[in-house]
Amino acid sequence: MVKAKLDLLQGTLDLMVLRTLVTLGPLHGYGIARRIEQASGDHVLLNQGTIYASLVRLQQRGLISSRWGTSEGGRRAKFYSITARGRKRLAEETENWHRLSAVIGRVLAVPEKGRG
Amino acid sequence: MMSLHEWAERLRAFFRKRELDRELDSELSSHVEMAVEENLRQGMSEQEARRRALVRLGGIEPSKELHRDARGLPALDHLLQDLRYTLRKLRRDRGFALIAVLILGLGIGANTAVFSVVNTILLRPLPLANPQQLVWIAPEIGAPCGFSCETYSADAFEEFRAQNRSFQDVTGYFPFSTVNNERLTVRGEPVPATAVGVVANFFQVLGVQPMLGRLFTADEAQKNSHPVVLLSNAFWKRQFAADAAIVGKAIDLNGAPATVVGVLPASFDFGAVFSPGEKVDFFSPMILDDARHWGNILTLIGRLKPGVSVAHAQAETTLLAPRLYFDVRYPNSKGDYKANLFPLKQYVTGRLRGPLMMLWFAVGAILLLVCVNLSNLLLARAATRSKEFALRSALGAGRMRLVRQLLTESLILSVGGAALGLGLAAAITGLLAHEVSIALPLLGSVRVDAAALVWTLLLASTVAIVFGVVPGLKISAGNLHESLKDAGPGMSEGRRHERVRAALVVCEVTLACVLLAGAGLLLRSFLRVLDINLGFQPARAAAIKLDYSEGDNAEKRAVTFRRILERVQAIPGVEADGMVDYLPLGPNRNWGALTVKGKVYRPGEAPAPLIYVVTPGFFRSMGMSVVAGRDFRWEDTPSTQKVIIINEAVARRLWPNGGAVGRIVRGNGDDLLVAGVVADVRETSVEGTAGLQAYYPATQYTPAGAELVVRTQLPPESLASSVLGALRQLNPNQPAAEFVPLQHIVDHAVSPRRFFVLLVASFALFAVVLASLGIYGVISYSVTRRTREIGVRMALGASPAGVQFMVLRATLRLTLVGIALGIMAAFAAAHLMASLLFGIKPADPLTFAATVAVLASVALVAGFLPASRASRIEPMSALRAN
Repeated sequence: MVKAKLDLLQGTLDLMVLRTLVTLGPLHGYGIARRIEQASGDHVLLNQGTIYASLVRLQQRGLISSRWGTSEGGRRAKFYSITARGRKRLAEETENWHRLSAVIGRVLAVPEKGRG
Repeated sequence: MMSLHEWAERLRAFFRKRELDRELDSELSSHVEMAVEENLRQGMSEQEARRRALVRLGGIEPSKELHRDARGLPALDHLLQDLRYTLRKLRRDRGFALIAVLILGLGIGANTAVFSVVNTILLRPLPLANPQQLVWIAPEIGAPCGFSCETYSADAFEEFRAQNRSFQDVTGYFPFSTVNNERLTVRGEPVPATAVGVVANFFQVLGVQPMLGRLFTADEAQKNSHPVVLLSNAFWKRQFAADAAIVGKAIDLNGAPATVVGVLPASFDFGAVFSPGEKVDFFSPMILDDARHWGNILTLIGRLKPGVSVAHAQAETTLLAPRLYFDVRYPNSKGDYKANLFPLKQYVTGRLRGPLMMLWFAVGAILLLVCVNLSNLLLARAATRSKEFALRSALGAGRMRLVRQLLTESLILSVGGAALGLGLAAAITGLLAHEVSIALPLLGSVRVDAAALVWTLLLASTVAIVFGVVPGLKISAGNLHESLKDAGPGMSEGRRHERVRAALVVCEVTLACVLLAGAGLLLRSFLRVLDINLGFQPARAAAIKLDYSEGDNAEKRAVTFRRILERVQAIPGVEADGMVDYLPLGPNRNWGALTVKGKVYRPGEAPAPLIYVVTPGFFRSMGMSVVAGRDFRWEDTPSTQKVIIINEAVARRLWPNGGAVGRIVRGNGDDLLVAGVVADVRETSVEGTAGLQAYYPATQYTPAGAELVVRTQLPPESLASSVLGALRQLNPNQPAAEFVPLQHIVDHAVSPRRFFVLLVASFALFAVVLASLGIYGVISYSVTRRTREIGVRMALGASPAGVQFMVLRATLRLTLVGIALGIMAAFAAAHLMASLLFGIKPADPLTFAATVAVLASVALVAGFLPASRASRIEPMSALRAN
């Protein structure tokens, strides 16, 4: 295992998938996985297969929809696009995430006592 | 939290597995192809590109697994897998599964059936509206004067009803009715029917609504009102083919028309509540003005006002009762009444509490035994299964998964057992509900209902957990490595199992011992009850209800009775015949005290016997002995000296120094010559003591009806048609009443005891079978395990008889430990059930000795098979094996 890569927090993968779909529009599973890897600068530890569990979960919750289409390479693939509900959820979760990370950042920034 | 929508989606996905899997397959394959293409573009070899693509994906199968878990119901998937696996496994182990389900079925079935009986009789409220408000009211309870001391006069009832302030209303019924006391004529054919007179407000107070028509009105209880009846549901169906048009029509009752005003609902069964084991066909309103001077005639039932407790009502009625008149015509008839209140439910079923609780404990012990037995069976399989489980956990099954799979297995077995048990319980309760010969209240409404289903479910799941999970934890906790290496029997694991199993067998023997001793004590009590000298000989005698019309004219009645008796006497096989108005062990009545002229009695000192009006020949037909004086004669007529015959108990009370015959006693307003003294008869109950009895001649006093008693040389049943034929010849109106052997009456009276004995005895039998199966299993297994050791012993010169002895000794050692514990427990249990015993002590030495003997010999038989197998072991082959 490469130490430098980050394990994903529960639910963060879903968040990244939604973000990707907003940025790039309708996309297939492989494209989403690659985009997340690239956007994270290959810092995220991801078995690409987990994308599909995330996709089916999001679809069951009505946050994304899917249809079969043809990829740039002329291959049959399932294309996912974000729904109105998905956009709303993404906005909420992004807001949450920023607040949470700000709080955690502040807490972790408190200097250790009793040193120096 | 998952939303409802998501649950629905997951459930949909669960059922669309195949389609979703296909879609995922093509999705994943295009994913891999795209990745391969990209890798190829980066200059990898074809092989490397594909390998890297799969590595990045994390493998096709794990990806699918993740997808399935995310979209569907993984817990349900696992459950189905476990079920499939278990069913496959059990199909392979058919013998084990069959025995387990059978044993469970018997255990659960017995428990459900007993629960249904206990629930119906003890736990469920009476099938009446707001039954907790209903109270039974009686002057005295268990007094030697029978029904007459448990009832009130019409005047007392009316005053009580008017003056009390605790009750919404008070009602009553006439408890002195006998079976088949009415003659109904349907299409010219006389049909016997049983009717009970009730106070007009009876059904309103009990809260019974008519199914058809209406209830009685107060006007219908007025003097000279037109006769009306309410039909019981069963009689309406049987006699009138459930014809709804019967309401408002007249039927022929004892030769006069009576109008059917309504039909009662099937849920109301008078007999089930007030006279267990008897069927009442219809009801008529009591005209109290006609019965005002008959003495105590009404059993009272009151409905308490809301919020009034029984204790509060008791306090009020204790003050009120002494102010009631026996008969308002006589001012000095005030002051003798008392009042005891009982919740109606307690009155109806209270005395069954003890026996039913005992039954419940016995059947609970059976279930415990079943659990122990199955744990034992499962442990016996453990030797082979520990390897299976080790293999599965080596392949990655978690401990929880293994325990869950074992739980699935025991659940399947106990569900099978519960299904079988429910069928069994339904059959048993069906039989019981239609068994009219058992005089237990409410028994007719016993069935496996929702409560019993819940109880069964509870039992089955508890049983599954007890016999499944405990051994399961034990197995799965075993050392994986050791189990895989441990090739067969003879290892340390086996020895530890054997110790556990031996302890379980000791438990089984202990339980069986308790049940067997309990059943033995009850059986001995029952035999003692059957041995009681009743004062009459029920064998070879039978009774039939007579119809006659010359009721009030003593001379005409005597002629009719004499003609009937002489005609029946002439039938071949008839030894003696006579008539009586009330048969023993049924209703009875009392006409007040008998006194000796000139003697002054303190209140309650003068004997007040139960009264029977009989014809000459009655004592001989009953097999009662006249110990002094003579029987009645046809020559005792209204114009001759009034006579009476008393029993020994009355004679002792009146003339303690003897010499009763020929003396004069004052009774019923007459001076009576004591013509004879007869032996005491157990009139009110078989197990109680004989009380005071007196007999008046039907030639001088009016009987309340007539039962013809016939003593025969042949089995009584064989004379039924010829006796009925003779009666019909003399009186075409004679209904086809049943010719009841007196033995049936006695059997009916002891039927609750017989019922409990039968059940506990069959439980004990089942327990002994289970215990012997357990002993056989353990001993047989230990012989298999020790085949090698036995081989060595025999090679070293041990004789077959010696080996056999060794095995039997081990069997006996196990059994004796169980018996020792069991006898101690049984001793304690016997003292708890002392009140249910009759004529023997709880520590009855014969019963306990028999219990020990039975268990020891059963154990020896169970141990004998493996012992003889051990003695036939060939030393050479035993040493070569393994």
